Amino acid sequence: MMRCLTFVKAINEALVQAMEIDKSVICYGLGVDDPKGIFGTTLGLKEKFGEHRVFDMPTSENAMTGIAIGASLNGIRPVMSHQRLDFFLLAMDQLVNNAAKWHYMFGGQSFVPITIRLIIGRGWGQGPTHSQSLQAWFAHIPGLKVVMPTTPADAKGLLLSSIFDNNPVIYIEHRWLHNLEGDVPDGDFRIPLGKAKKLRNGNDISIVSMSYMTIEALHAVEILEKQGISCDLVDLCSLKPIDLAMVFGSVRKTGRLLALDTGPGTASIAGEVIARVSMECFGNLKQAPQRLAIPDFPTPTSPSLTKVFYKRAEDIVRVVGNMLRKNFQEGILGNLRNCSHDVPGAWFKGPF
Amino acid sequence: MCSQKKNFTIGIELLRRMIKIRLTEETIAERYSEWKMRCPTHLCIGQEAVAAAVGLALRKDDFMMSTHRAHGHYLGKGGDLNKMLAEIYGKATGCSAGRGGSMHLIDKKVGFMGSTSIVGGTIPVGVGLGLSIKLREKDQVSCIFFGDAAIEEGVFYESVNFAVLKKLPVLFICENNLYSVYSPLKVRQPAGRKIYQMVQAMGCPSDQGDGNNAMEVYQKVSSAVAFIRKGEGPCFFEFLTYRWREHCGPNFDNNIGYRTEEEYLSWKDKDPICSLESHLLEQFPVSRKEIEEMQNSIHLEIKKAFEFAENSHFPQPQEATTNLYAGELT
Repeated sequence: MMRCLTFVKAINEALVQAMEIDKSVICYGLGVDDPKGIFGTTLGLKEKFGEHRVFDMPTSENAMTGIAIGASLNGIRPVMSHQRLDFFLLAMDQLVNNAAKWHYMFGGQSFVPITIRLIIGRGWGQGPTHSQSLQAWFAHIPGLKVVMPTTPADAKGLLLSSIFDNNPVIYIEHRWLHNLEGDVPDGDFRIPLGKAKKLRNGNDISIVSMSYMTIEALHAVEILEKQGISCDLVDLCSLKPIDLAMVFGSVRKTGRLLALDTGPGTASIAGEVIARVSMECFGNLKQAPQRLAIPDFPTPTSPSLTKVFYKRAEDIVRVVGNMLRKNFQEGILGNLRNCSHDVPGAWFKGPF
Repeated sequence: MCSQKKNFTIGIELLRRMIKIRLTEETIAERYSEWKMRCPTHLCIGQEAVAAAVGLALRKDDFMMSTHRAHGHYLGKGGDLNKMLAEIYGKATGCSAGRGGSMHLIDKKVGFMGSTSIVGGTIPVGVGLGLSIKLREKDQVSCIFFGDAAIEEGVFYESVNFAVLKKLPVLFICENNLYSVYSPLKVRQPAGRKIYQMVQAMGCPSDQGDGNNAMEVYQKVSSAVAFIRKGEGPCFFEFLTYRWREHCGPNFDNNIGYRTEEEYLSWKDKDPICSLESHLLEQFPVSRKEIEEMQNSIHLEIKKAFEFAENSHFPQPQEATTNLYAGELT
């Protein structure tokens, strides 16, 4: 049965169900049992499953990641949550040197079924160290899986699959998606890792996107539709493994590619998408692929400095228009924005 | 069993394990220049007592994590010698199927859950195993080996803190051999610090011992293991010992100037194997001939293990791209 849930509630439901299905699933992280419960995603878990399976932790990101690895070697399935991805950078040693390699370097005898939830901040001055989109770092490491859900249904389905996958999975949430509402199936609903989703069908251009940029892309596709441009929109969902088959199929149909990214452009997932499309579908391309990502700079804090820093629907419309050599009339964006650029909507009052 | 007879049995078993570690590593050193063991290899000759004694004090189903200098820990816990040597030779029959080499050993059949090369890198993993034991309500112990330099890593403090906080069944064993590669302790940690006292102050019962006295290490660690097994929380030991050969490789390096020949000789005088042999010959009904027979049989086992390693097949080149991800398990 479908119900309309927020992204936050969908994550909460996936955690509850995972812990009900398998008593070896545990959940910890800074603030998982505090009154805010990681933006609501972990509320009620301790009451339901007890303090042995759901607990707050010392501010020790690196050791707590190694501890998840060790516990997983003896049959525990830990889910760690971090309120911002940036803090998790302290744990890169355990993630890269141990978690990613353990199965391979011991000849396939052991496996590390851990899920690490990381949240990317945006807007309201999140600034240089609370807003980094480093999915490309994780995707670069052999042995890790990386997912970035966009819709509430994806959030639930990918989280359940991540928890029950027998490998380390980096599960990246965008803070601006947390309040998004959408239909979510009840029960043990899983979406296979490594599969992209076609959100819109069109013939003029392929837009390949991820996470929050997909929301901006949906607005852009709607505006472009009114201008007579039909877009094929692919939401990657999983970045490692990445569903290139769907991307290639789309580009072979449209002959044009715009790759979007929530992070800086250089060595990004969008860059990888363009590289692979250029290698595999060069003969199908009618023109050079384009990329829209944030600048190769740290993210500034002031609302003035972030005004054009982040890319939005209007930027996507502009780039697609340039690629198709269309001169759009003034005012095609309509009433796209009714709030400041640094919040996800006028209704938004935090927490950030 | 009366305690005298029990001590004799323990002493002989400790000696057997130490001789096995020593002779295995001396054979590695002798044959390293054949260039068939093509991976960085860190020998623990001189440090055998701690490895043998801790291994003997633990049960087979207790867990152990180790470091880049892992041969002794692996063999002390009862790890498979054939598979270790095959791993160092890069063979498909190696304990890690040729993916790990000397620094990445594993033998889950005896609870040896893995060794890795990053200093301090396995400390939290061992604590995580301790957490899993507690969650599963078992009476196992998770033992973690590391050196004096790991005490300088942030992850050490994070890990001890969590083990104490949750009263986890973890045995921390610091082998203090005074050097991190060529860097002496005095340029790395303040003069006068006692590592074990510092850890005691973190709320973890701690002690220090002579790491070249196998019987002493065994007695201390056995009591601690009983304490941990009862659910009383973690314990920490600092054992003082000394590596005889270079940090990495088969040679001696006292001539290059980071330590003195005199210092090396003073530690060599405290050879843990000679000390235990003398102790056993003095105190117990065992003859030098019987010890020599033990050595000969170990020699033979090692010779056969090297033959196994040499005669094993290399993995196929295309196997380098298998086992990236763990699949579904039945």
